[in-house]
Parts: sequence; structure tokens; C-alpha cells
Amino acid sequence: MLNKKPVKILALPALVWLFALFVVPMLLIAVLSFLKRGTYGQVVYEFTMNNYIRILDPLYGQIFWDTLVVAVLTTVLSILFGYPLAYYISRLDRSVQQIWLLLVMIPFWINFLVRSYAWVIILRSQGVVNTILESLGLITEPLPLLYNSGSVLLGMVYTLVPFMVLPIYVSLEQMDRRKLEAAYDLGATPWKAFWHVTLPMTKSGVVTGSILVFVSSIGMFVVPDVMGGAKSALIGNVIQNQFLSARDWPFGSALSIVLMLLSMLLILLYFRATKASETKEGAA
Amino acid sequence: MKTWRRHTLTGYSWLMLVFLYLPIAILMIYSFNDSRINAVWSGFTWKWYLSLFDNRQVMQALGNSLSIGIISSVLATVLGTAASLAVKHYSARWRTVVNGLVYLPIVIPEIMMGLALLVLFSQIHMELGKATLIMAHVTFSMPYVMVIISARLADMGKELEEAAQDLGATPWETLRYVTLPLIMPGVVAGFLMSFTLSLDDFIISFFVAGPNSTTLPLYIYGLVKRGVSPEVNALSTLLIASTVLLVVVAELFRRKDSKTITY
Repeated sequence: MLNKKPVKILALPALVWLFALFVVPMLLIAVLSFLKRGTYGQVVYEFTMNNYIRILDPLYGQIFWDTLVVAVLTTVLSILFGYPLAYYISRLDRSVQQIWLLLVMIPFWINFLVRSYAWVIILRSQGVVNTILESLGLITEPLPLLYNSGSVLLGMVYTLVPFMVLPIYVSLEQMDRRKLEAAYDLGATPWKAFWHVTLPMTKSGVVTGSILVFVSSIGMFVVPDVMGGAKSALIGNVIQNQFLSARDWPFGSALSIVLMLLSMLLILLYFRATKASETKEGAA
Repeated sequence: MKTWRRHTLTGYSWLMLVFLYLPIAILMIYSFNDSRINAVWSGFTWKWYLSLFDNRQVMQALGNSLSIGIISSVLATVLGTAASLAVKHYSARWRTVVNGLVYLPIVIPEIMMGLALLVLFSQIHMELGKATLIMAHVTFSMPYVMVIISARLADMGKELEEAAQDLGATPWETLRYVTLPLIMPGVVAGFLMSFTLSLDDFIISFFVAGPNSTTLPLYIYGLVKRGVSPEVNALSTLLIASTVLLVVVAELFRRKDSKTITY
């Protein structure tokens, strides 16, 4: 066999780069979360658990809870909205499929700050919707469509739904269609065939999509910032604030560590739950 | 499938496309609206675009975005391509370890990477600015380059490389004259993708940009926070147009890539 050593070292620069600019910084956050904040916002090198104790305050509990609720709702709505679209695309002719996929991907590539802002133009009090309704004489006062939890949820689903469509499409594409035919041959109605064959077989796509959407929405601060106003602060906004306004880096780090652990835990539970139901179905 | 069911699904899917594109279309249309405050259409105008070109801050942000985008995507492409070539020859176990390190930045929430880098730069007393932005952008786009190029390499098979080596080529010659030309479309697609990611990034840049290194998305954020002005629409429209253009070109390269691969 040929000596592959010279080629093997080509990975070294990239690995060193990722170690220095990804692994080390993440570890620094972990260390920082156990340190103290000085009077002027500097970091004091003294061990403390106070940052984590402070998170137990019901105020932060509430914000974490709100964040989780929004993230879960965003994920569920993305499945409900995204699945039928992915299903439709998977049934199209190859060449048309490619075009639809590109069409779904393009908005996903557009900056989500810009996409959230697009909704501001539509929903604000002098926005497109209110202007149309007023000129039709349906309302006299502009409706408060923006800066509430509903608009945040709308913005989240809008920006994240492509994350759901693509993985579900991939799993639909890879599905063994013969099993579906078998189900039909055995007299299953289309709904039954979908529920008992297609859906379980595309679970991996739903799981992947859910994780992508969930992870993105749990740390999101742009959408709540632009579409939610001050009222609906999520944990991402609080972390951002601790770092840039309050200048309490240790506390901000502790918050983000808890956020990361929480999201990892939930993803693990979700994985377990979907795996468990899969084996149950297999046994039945 | 019964016809009505198929029609419902088709209708629904088109509605989803409308849902995805309508806000973007409205944003773009209103960048040509003459009125400053109202959503009422008061005539077509180019003036918001013209005022952008007169705006020194915008031009500076554009310059920053472009230079950071080019430098960081060249770096990300070179590092990522080299790494993908090497990782292909790793044993299964090492490949898993390396892939874990590479894919982690993709799945971690962006806000975490942003503030982790902010902490790093402050700890090593590095002043926030273009350099820190470039370093951050390379970090988040290199994994994507590796994903694209690894996929290309996996499809490629070993035959051509082995043939070259049988004919007496050294590993470097094989790399230079066989492997690299074959993966070139993937390399270009990877470059375009990291350029798009860099041009578009807001969250991570938000944390690692210094006061004098505003990029276009950061500038847009400032405008959005200060209140709605049609200039934001114009600037957003330009950003959307360039993103779409880059994505389509990258996609064409990727397609060309997957077409040439089937011999």
C-alpha cells in the first residue's frame, strides 16, 4: 500500500483552527460561568456557584419556560406545515422536484434578520395589512399585529420551516415505496397507509428536522428582538443582554451553559421517545 | 391518490410557497415606494437606492462585508478542502472523531459560538474588528465546505487515484493532477457557499464586530432598531438579490458536479 502520510497531515491546519476557535472558546464559556463579575463588568478570577444559583430565580425559570414553549410550538407547527409540502415535493417528477427544492431553499438562505423585518413591514400599525384593512373600511384603528408572542411564533415558524422540509423530503425520497404498495394491496385506505407506513418510515426525517428547528429556535434572539418588542424576551435575548448591555459575562455564560445542557437533554429525550415508539411498532 | 386529495395537496404547497415568498416580495416592492412612513403606495422611486450610494456608512459596511467575505471564504475553502482530502484516508475511528469536531459547529446554536468567540478574543486581548470577524467567519463556514467536498469525494471512488498511482504518480502529483481537478466544482460550490454565509451572517458577527467594522447585516440591524425607513428595504433588497444570485450559482456548480460524476 502507498504511503498516505503526506496527505493525512493536510487536515492539521483545519483541526488546529477548529480547536483554537471552537473548542477552546466553548471551554472558556464553561470556565467563565464559575467566575465572578467585578464592579466594572470585568471578570474576577474567583470560583463561585452564584451564577447558577441565580438562575434558580423564578424570573429566569419563567423565561426558560417561555423559551421552551416557543421552541416546542415552533417545532410542532413546522412539522405540521412542512410535512405536507415535503410530501408533495417528493411526489413530483425529478426535474420539477429540483426546482421546488431550490424554491424552498432560497428563503432559507436569505438573512433571517431581513426576513423578520419583512414581516414588520406587513404587520406594523402602518403596515401593509392594516393599511389594506383601513382602506377597505373594515377597521378604523390599526390592529396590534406586531410585538406579541403570536408574531414571534409566526416569525420563528416562517424563518425555520425550510429546516423541516428538507430532511423530511430526504427521508420520503429514500423510503421503500413497495411497502406502501403492499399496504394498499392489503386494503389500507390512503390515510391508514400514510399513518401506519409512510409516517413511521419517515420518522428519521422528522426527528432531524425537529432537532434543527428546535436548536435554532431555542437560541434565537433576532426574531423576538425584531418582531416581539421588549415584552416577549426569550432566553437568547437575556443572554445577549448580559453580554452586551449588563456586561455580566459570567452570568451570561452560566445562562448559555444551562440553555445548551437543557437543549441537549431535550433532544436526547426526544430521540429516546421516537426510538421507543419505533421498536414498539416493530413488535406490534 | 384521489384527485381531490391531490388537488388539496397541490393547492396547499403553492400556498406555502406564497407564504415563504410574499413577505420577501413585499419588502422588495416597498423599497421602490415613494412614501417614507406609510405603507400606502405613493409612486415608484429609485431614491432610496440612490441615497444608499451616497451614504458613506453603507459603502463602508459593503466594503467590509465584501472584503471579510472574500478573505474568510478563501481561507475556509483552502483549509476545508485540505482537511476533506486528508480525512478520506483516516481510519474509521479517527474519521468519526474528526467529523464530530467538524459537524459540531453546525449544530451548536449560533449565539453560543458568537459569545464563545467574544470571550476568547477578550481573553487574549484581541481588539474586535475585521480580523476577529474573519476568524469567526472561517470557523463557521469551514465545516460547510467540508460537508460539500467530502460528499463529492465519497462519490468519486478510488479508481482514478489508484490508476494514477499505478502509473507512478506520487501522492502529491495524484492530488494535484487527478483529485483536485475532479473535485473543482465542489471546491467552487464550497467557496460560494462560505461567501454567502459570510455575507449573510448576523448573529455571530454581532458579537465579534468592533465599532468600526460594521457589516451590511449589522448595519441593517441598526436601521431596523432605530425605526423603519425605506432605506432598510432598499438595502435588504440588495442583500436578498445578491444572496439569491450566489445560492443559484453555487447550486448550478453543485449540479454540474453531480452530473459529471456519473461516468
